[in-house]
Formats: sequence, C-alpha cells, structure tokens
Amino acid sequence: MAEEVLLQVKNATKSFGGVKAVVDVSLSLFKGEILGMIGPNGSGKTTLVNLITGFVKPDSGEVLFKDKRITGLQPHKIANLGITRTFQIMRPYHSLSAFKNLIVPLYSPRVRRSTGGRLGDRDAVAIDILEEIGFERDAYVPYKIASSLPLGYLKRLELARCIAMRPEIIICDEIFSGLSMAEIATMVPLLEKLQMQGTTIMMIEHRLRELFRLVNRVIVLNFGEKLAEGIPEEVIEKPDVREAYLGTEVDNVRD
Amino acid sequence: MLTQVGPRERRKERLDRGLKVRTEGIYALSSGKEALYLLAPRLTLILGLLILPLLMPNLYWQRVICITGVFGLLSLAFDFLANYVGLICLGGALFMGVGGYITGILNSLFGMPLVATIPAATVVGAVFSTVLLSPCFPLRGIYFAIVTLMYPLAASRIIEALDIFGGTEGMADLDTLPNIWFASYSIIPVLLVSLFALRRLVTEDIGLVLRGLKDNDQAAKASGISITRYKAYSTFIASAIGCFTGAYLVHLYGWAGISLFALDFSILPIAASVIGGMGTLVGPVLGAFILIPLTELLRELGTLRIVFYSLLLAGFIVFNPEGLMTYAQRKYHQFEHWVEV
Repeated sequence: MAEEVLLQVKNATKSFGGVKAVVDVSLSLFKGEILGMIGPNGSGKTTLVNLITGFVKPDSGEVLFKDKRITGLQPHKIANLGITRTFQIMRPYHSLSAFKNLIVPLYSPRVRRSTGGRLGDRDAVAIDILEEIGFERDAYVPYKIASSLPLGYLKRLELARCIAMRPEIIICDEIFSGLSMAEIATMVPLLEKLQMQGTTIMMIEHRLRELFRLVNRVIVLNFGEKLAEGIPEEVIEKPDVREAYLGTEVDNVRD
Repeated sequence: MLTQVGPRERRKERLDRGLKVRTEGIYALSSGKEALYLLAPRLTLILGLLILPLLMPNLYWQRVICITGVFGLLSLAFDFLANYVGLICLGGALFMGVGGYITGILNSLFGMPLVATIPAATVVGAVFSTVLLSPCFPLRGIYFAIVTLMYPLAASRIIEALDIFGGTEGMADLDTLPNIWFASYSIIPVLLVSLFALRRLVTEDIGLVLRGLKDNDQAAKASGISITRYKAYSTFIASAIGCFTGAYLVHLYGWAGISLFALDFSILPIAASVIGGMGTLVGPVLGAFILIPLTELLRELGTLRIVFYSLLLAGFIVFNPEGLMTYAQRKYHQFEHWVEV
C-alpha cells in the first residue's frame, strides 16, 4: 500500500446542541487506498464526511489535504481541490435528464481548469461517463429525466457526478444501500477500476460483506468516537466492535 | 400515456410526433415542412407581437400595449428566477423602483438624455439590486422572497420620510419618449430579444448549472459550483430586465415617483406566470398579454377587479394548473387518437 498521506483529520469534534456527533476523531487516508468506515446508525459517519467536505464546520480540530489546512473552506472550494462525495440521500437534479446532470460538475472550475478552459462537447463527455458506469446508451437511459430513474441508476448517477469532477478522493456515503446484489455486483468493479486509476476512495457502508471485499482498511465509529482501525478481518473480531456495532446480529453478518 | 375512457373497450392513445426525439429540446429535422413545424409557433409569436401595436384603435390602447410589454418583461424575469434558478423573487417592484429612480435622477439632476439614462439605469440598477440582495444568496428557501418584498416597502417609506428624490411628489417633467410608435417599438423588440436570449441561456451549459442549483443546491456545491456566484449572475440578469422596465416606464410617463415601488409590479408577474404556464418563459409573457389588457377592460369595475383577478387565478389553479402554454405545447407536440383494445 502506498504510504503517502493524502487526507488527514486531526482531533475533529462537532456537536449539534447537546449531541456530540463526532468526538476527537483522527484519521489518515493514504493515497490510492480504499478506506471503509462503519458504525451503527447515528455514530457520526455522515457528520465526519460533512466535516471533511466542508458542509459542516468542526467545533475543533482540523482537516488537512496534502498537508494544507482545508478546515472551514466552502464546500465548493473543497470539491474543486479534488475531494468529492456522494450523498446518502440521493440528490439528483431531478428536472434534468441523466446526462445533463453531469454538465454541472463538468462546468466546475476544477474540470474547466484541467481541460484548459474548453472541454469541447460536454454532452458527449457526460454520456461517455454514464455509459462507463452502466447507463445503457442503446436503451436511451442517459437521456431519461433523472426523476424517472430507478434507485439503482440514481446511486450510480451520484457516483458518476463525482467521477465527472476527476477527483483525487471520492467519499461514498452508503452507496450500496437499497441496491440488489446484482446491482452491487456491477458497481464493485467500477470502484476497483477507479482505485486502479489512482483515485483514493473512502466508503461509508452498512453492507459489510461487500465492503470488506473492497477495502484495504476499515475504521469503526461509535457514538462519534473512533473505536477501532485496521484490517477488516482483525477489526471485526475485536470484542468491543462486535458489541458496539454488531450487537446481537453477528449471525446475520456471517450468513 | 394512456387514458381510460368510459366502459367501452377503447382508449385514447397519446403519441409524440415523430419529429420530437426522446428528450427535451432535441428534434430531428429532415425537411422544410418539419422546420416549419418548429418555426411556425415562433414566427407567430414574433410577428404577432410586432403587429400588435398597429392593431390598437387609439393612443390609450397603444399605451396599454407598452405597459403590457413592461409586465411581460417582469413576468419573464420572475419565471426565469423562480423556475430555472429556484429563487422566488417578489422583487419586480424593487427592480422597477431602482431602475426608475436611477433614470429619474440621471435625467433631472444631471440632464442626461434618455438614450443614456435607460442603459445606465439598466446596468447600474442591476448591479445595485444584486448587491442589495446578495446577503440572501447563500440561504435556501423563503428568505429571498421575503427580502425582495421588504426592500420596495422600505424604499418607499424612506423616500417619503426623508423627502428625497422629490418625496411623495416624485420627479416630474422628465424627458418622455418621442412618440408612441417609438415607445411600443422599443419595448416589444426588447421583450422578444430577452425572451429568446433567456430560452437559449437555460439550455446552454451555464443554464443547466442554474437549473441544477434549483433542483439541488447541496449537490451543486459538492460538484464545485459556487452557488453564491451563480445566484448573483442570475439575479443580475433578472434585475437588469426589471431595471430596464423601470427606466422605460419613467420615460414613458415623464415622471418618477413612489408608485414605482408598487407591489403590483411584484404580484402581477406571478399571476401572469400561473396563467401562462410556469417554467415555459414564453408562457408568462403571454400571460401578461392576457392579464394586463383584461385589467384595462375591467377598469370600470374599480376595486372589484381584484375579485375578478382572484377568481381567474383560482380557476386556473384548479382547472389548468400547468398553465396555458404548457397545455398548448403538449397539444402541439403530441397527437391523440382512439384505439380499440
């Protein structure tokens, strides 16, 4: 595994009123790896993503990207640095057709800069990205209005919107949830391919079996605190992780 | 889309005309006839609006057309902001007032001719209005609407209380447009150009970014789009249109006063948009061309007009909530026929 630290969270803390969503969490994301983040509902996973991507400002602590402090930057500035995310609750531009959804990231300063201002035909680029991610061009799926797309396509559209940014880091917030095994099976190679191309990925996921097939390392959060970190197989054997996260449902995970 | 009708084993089938290709705004043209199919509605609109002033019986109605053009532009700006950027703007009165007072001041205090004051008021007023509204750009929801409503109310009170810019009397004896033909044939081309320019804009890439903002500003942020910047751009466009109408109206009357901040300028565009069809851009313009002349016809009824207005609006919301233009476009691009099941 590459050892270069791409993203670092240092002692991040965030409370909403009396609720401590994230407490003193530190983590490092190495270049080129896939990092998994697991934890029970309400353990602060999404808040941590929001802290990294600037949607929420931390009460204390800092986020470093390539050793530069990005804490407190606006979300769009962070996105333009190359950190993109998907949303747990999908946020398509529902009145636009699927490929027009990608015009928005393709219009971002980051992409325009990297293509020297001119991208040529953004529509063609958008359709290529969608086709790669499994939108069948022949069945006219890329041309359908986003509000008419089924869940599986919307999840992929979330990911496609990230890919269109040509990011260095993609943070996937429960991108498998609600998908069938078959749909997940089409997405796993996609993520592996992204990793091969050098993109660093961080995944929040409840589907542990699929997650553990992909990730190099995993971080466990519980009540906003980091409970464990390490190789998936080792982490999951730790008694406190089992107790906190899996509870009595160990059998279900093993099935 | 299928509609089941009656107990008989027949149904109404609705099909897209072959010309229309699967997604919005893409057509496959292969003959002059097909080109005419797309051009005909546009030509009808352009020629219709250009001929309209010639058909008016007297000066009074020619002025009505000019004022209708003003409301057409305001409705266009409202529809653009509301349905393509997601900013519900009640700022018609604000833009009107800002544009009107700037042109009034330039004309009366600095003696600038109207060929200079109208463009100046358009640009300076748009910048000024955009700056005034900029605190709301990072916010979502109703704040923009409230603030746009608040400024004109505040402005008229301030002018009244401080007795500046002519106070309640307003600024009289300003330059007027040379004649009624000049008046009508300046507003209608501006209206047409703005309409077609905005229609073009919202299908361009930057327009898609604006529509993305409307659908989901969080996702736009995550895609590296500064929502503040793009809201500022679009507010600038809409307020430029609004300030132009303000400046135009001032020179039409030769007078600038507090009534420029009247809420009519904010509310009527909404009514016109509902009647004409939200989100079609051309619909609100046509809505204005129905509503404003109708208002003039009903002038004798006095304040009862409001009752009539409310009934008309309620009727449209209940029986044809999509608006005239959306309905007409659907009928034009699709045909229906009965099929045996």
